[in-house]
Amino acid sequence: METATLETRRLNRSFGSHAVTSDVNFTLRPGERRALIGPNGAGKTTFINLLAGVLRPSSGNVLLNGRDITDLDEASRIRLGIGRTFQITSLFPKMTIRENVFLAVAECEGIARNLVRSVLQYRKQLARVDELLHRVGLSDVAQLPVQLLPYGRQRLVEIAIALALRPKILLLDEPAAGIPTAESHVILDILSILPSEIAILLIDHDMDLVFRFAQQISVLVQGSILVEGTPNEIAADPRVREVYLGDSKHGRSAAA
Amino acid sequence: MISTPGRPNLVMPKAFGHLLKQLPWLALAALPLALPGYEPLVTQVFVMILFGLSLDLLVGYAGIVTLGHAAFFGVGGYTAGILSVHGIGDPIFTALCAMALAALTGLVFGGAILRTKGLTLLMLTMASAFLLYEIANKATGLTGGEDGLQGVNFAPVLGLFEFDFQGRTAFFYSLAALFFTFLFVRALINSPFGWSLRGIRENDARMAAIGCPIMRRRLIIYVISAALAGLAGALQAQSTQFVALYSLNFELSGNILIMLILGGSGRLYGAFVGVPVFMIAQDQLAKQDPANWFLGLGIVLIALVTLAPGGILGLAERAANAVKRRRSA
Repeated sequence: METATLETRRLNRSFGSHAVTSDVNFTLRPGERRALIGPNGAGKTTFINLLAGVLRPSSGNVLLNGRDITDLDEASRIRLGIGRTFQITSLFPKMTIRENVFLAVAECEGIARNLVRSVLQYRKQLARVDELLHRVGLSDVAQLPVQLLPYGRQRLVEIAIALALRPKILLLDEPAAGIPTAESHVILDILSILPSEIAILLIDHDMDLVFRFAQQISVLVQGSILVEGTPNEIAADPRVREVYLGDSKHGRSAAA
Repeated sequence: MISTPGRPNLVMPKAFGHLLKQLPWLALAALPLALPGYEPLVTQVFVMILFGLSLDLLVGYAGIVTLGHAAFFGVGGYTAGILSVHGIGDPIFTALCAMALAALTGLVFGGAILRTKGLTLLMLTMASAFLLYEIANKATGLTGGEDGLQGVNFAPVLGLFEFDFQGRTAFFYSLAALFFTFLFVRALINSPFGWSLRGIRENDARMAAIGCPIMRRRLIIYVISAALAGLAGALQAQSTQFVALYSLNFELSGNILIMLILGGSGRLYGAFVGVPVFMIAQDQLAKQDPANWFLGLGIVLIALVTLAPGGILGLAERAANAVKRRRSA
């Protein structure tokens, strides 16, 4: 499997006069497991959107394996292997879970252009859908409409769809949001069996999940990278403690 | 959606099962025996079902609601009609020309308006149909304007079957066209392309985020739907030997949408139910009170849309589910 390095150079994005991302230099290396943390409003989701091509930067560049992809849209970046999940679940509620994942497989493998051959004849692709559902533990509910699933398990459909697109880089925007803390290990279990070549960038407020998952952590504060390092270094860093203690909402678990 | 593999069919041989599935079609083909004299009316119903099927692809599957679908019906009708006036009267050839020109119209209009959504799109579909209506209305030399196209005359189907006074040829010809259209539409909605349309209808932003070229897919289905609507228009012209401005007007666009919603959109069979119900109701109610029959229809529609959003078929589905639950309980 090919690998990929994702970089940003002096990336800026402002909404009106408000700078949400400022001068971010960031690198995600092949196979890396990195988390991006920061208080609410630090610009984490904006940063993911800049990487995924949903938003364009005000200035600066995004590079994939050294190639400038700043001007490429979302769909083109997906084809280059940049996959992502959404903070707020975005699925096809009336379609079954298997249909949801099939849509992604069909786009990825270029069969969605076919007008008349029945879906049932695409045995190979259907087998891949079942394999993906098995991997995220949804085989037993494959035939249910997504809207009947509990929210926590809908998050797993998000991950299955992202994986269906054969990403080299996976951007996970709060995959555990809506999942009770006691069950966030399910997400961790799934992430831990992903192919090691896939580079993963995880955003989450569940510090337990973040510190167990990440090899490297970047801390984003007011649109800038404050500090980067291993989980131990980050936990011990006085600046990080100050930022999180100053923000009581999400500070408790980080300070602990 | 996906059947259980490996379950042997012990009840009957496969070929017989296939034949049984075609029974409704055979029953339709036998209609002239049961209802002699009604061929022209039933032919109209077939034509409108075909038109409704083409609309269902947009409304029910791609989520593109349009109030201007008559544009393509009219282009098809006028194409076939005008060709026949100028001595090109082979029904199948003119029908293919009608489909091609309707598809081209769909490509031009669709390319211009499909980037919009919701109410804006609805207004633009209406506007595009009005545009064609006015052109046909003014171009009297070509279309006959308000008087309708005169001198329409088609050659025998396949060079063998003349369009007879009783309407038998038109009946079987339209039924055959409807049958093949149905097979095509059924294959289309069960293909990966058809699934991707449903994905776009349910969540277009998400489809874009899995790499789907939304605009291209919507344009393709718009063109296909336009071509089928054009075929319906051509069949109308051929079976009635006449093309009127009505085939382009807003009332027709509105009526076909009502018929589809009445039957239930996005269910493949919606037009098969909604069109006959609407047309029979129109026939019966208009006899009783020609001026106000729309009032009765309006009340039925309001009741149906508020109480049974899935149309008649949706209602039937719910009833069947309720019976099933009661049995299993």
